[in-house]
Amino acid sequence: MNTQKNEATGAPKVELDGVAKVFQVNRAPFVAIERIDLRILQNEFVSIVGTSGCGKSTLLNMVGGLDEPSAGEIRIDGASVRGPGRNRGFVFQSYSLFEWMTVEGNIRFALEKSAIAKSEKAELVRHYIHAVGLAGFETAYPKQLSGGMRQRVAIARALVYKPSILLMDEPFGALDAQTRGMMQELLLKVWEEHKVTVLFVTHDVDEAVFLSDRVIVLASRPGRVKRDIAIDLERPRSFELLTDPRFTDYKREILAEIREETLKVMALEQP
Amino acid sequence: MAGASLGRPGDTNMKSETDQMHSPPKTPRWHVRDLFRLRADIPKPIFTAAGIVVPAILLLVWWLVAYLVLVKPLFLPSPGAILSEGWRQITEGILIADASVSIYRIVIGWLTATVVAVPVGILMGNFKIIEGALEPLISTVRYMPVVALIPLSILWTGIGDGQKILILFLGTFFQQVLMIMDNVKNIDMNLIRAGQTLGFSNREILMRIILPAASPAIWDTFRITIGWTWTYLVVAELVAANQGLGRRIMDAQRYLATDTILFGTLFIGVLGLVTDQIFKRVGRLMFRWNETNR
Repeated sequence: MNTQKNEATGAPKVELDGVAKVFQVNRAPFVAIERIDLRILQNEFVSIVGTSGCGKSTLLNMVGGLDEPSAGEIRIDGASVRGPGRNRGFVFQSYSLFEWMTVEGNIRFALEKSAIAKSEKAELVRHYIHAVGLAGFETAYPKQLSGGMRQRVAIARALVYKPSILLMDEPFGALDAQTRGMMQELLLKVWEEHKVTVLFVTHDVDEAVFLSDRVIVLASRPGRVKRDIAIDLERPRSFELLTDPRFTDYKREILAEIREETLKVMALEQP
Repeated sequence: MAGASLGRPGDTNMKSETDQMHSPPKTPRWHVRDLFRLRADIPKPIFTAAGIVVPAILLLVWWLVAYLVLVKPLFLPSPGAILSEGWRQITEGILIADASVSIYRIVIGWLTATVVAVPVGILMGNFKIIEGALEPLISTVRYMPVVALIPLSILWTGIGDGQKILILFLGTFFQQVLMIMDNVKNIDMNLIRAGQTLGFSNREILMRIILPAASPAIWDTFRITIGWTWTYLVVAELVAANQGLGRRIMDAQRYLATDTILFGTLFIGVLGLVTDQIFKRVGRLMFRWNETNR
């Protein structure tokens, strides 16, 4: 069972209460998210999957405070979310590094608003560069790095100021399959060492099952929670798990749910 | 992931790899048709040579036309005549005087345009309300012919240097400000989001994230727009100028001194090229981080 899973006790870390999001598209309201209620526990690793356009990224942006819900409330540690803040860290698919800063500079920049001593900052930067395996590349500029390495910088930058929630929007979506596998293992390793609550948006079902404690399948048009599946696989996880029959069972179950949604959306799109 | 060391992943197929094991790879024979493959790279010397050969051929044709007197020298003076006109202007000190006056006007005209266009463009690129307020206006003015504004510019600023600089400003600013707006808009929105998440204020995000992120593109805009300022030089020196490269050309028109006209035009072209190269090189030095050398 989940031997060293999480301290899944006490009040939830993130709460979504009746969260809805309506956009104006060509003067007509478009319901991106109809209603989502969700509880995410401290240090839980939760993935959100669904067909494209189901509102996964919108949901993540709202938790990040980059977007406001049209209705409902999002609470972190019991406090209502009012804009972005340093209790959350973001990792985007597009890396989004500060390209005019070195690897070290990018990570140090994230610490600028931290009220800690300079020496302590230097130590943290060094620690996280090592944690993501970038020792030796401190003075390289992002454009000199491969995609996988850039995303390691982004992960270090998002973790160095010790946010309690890590929000990841298809972070490995732009990487090739081999690099993606390595990055998933790296992420799990870093997460085991520096526990944070992770909200991870992906369309890769393997990735979601491999990484998560829970996989949330969103229904499309309008977006809402279709299934909430606990992934009961032991940790730490290694790549051998990918061929484990229990893994395959979870995968089949989730793929079936997503397929059903995709068919529904395709039917809607028929002329 | 284990066992992945056998062969390279991706589209390399095994057959070609075994072939290479038997016979050592040799440089394939090169064909002229290789120059015309879509988007394909060509050898650097050929690329450079092409840029020299084409002007050289044009020069040769020009020289032949003049030498065989196929066209009256009044319509097309010979390259030699242009050179001797250039030499005359250098020895009489006219060229240096003209060039320094014109360069001064270009630099001041372009700088005033830039000093206004950078902040306005950055604000337009970041705040929809400012874009909404200014964009229609600027886009309209952009299409107005600058030459038509000469009479007004004289009324407003007299016939001194100010008038010339105003014309150069008008010719540069309205294009430049829209380009800078676009430069700023084109940066990755997630950089701003990252800044907000990290707790930076709007002002800090503007100065420390948006501005540096957009700076290579803004520098390119500088390079392009100063080229346009050069093209407005003759227009700027059309009226009431005693000196200047543009003035010299307009004066020559009166006496049908086609050699002076052609020399002046070519010389402006050369100065434009020099300016362009300076911007290119300085940009490369300033934005080392923007180079993908891997």
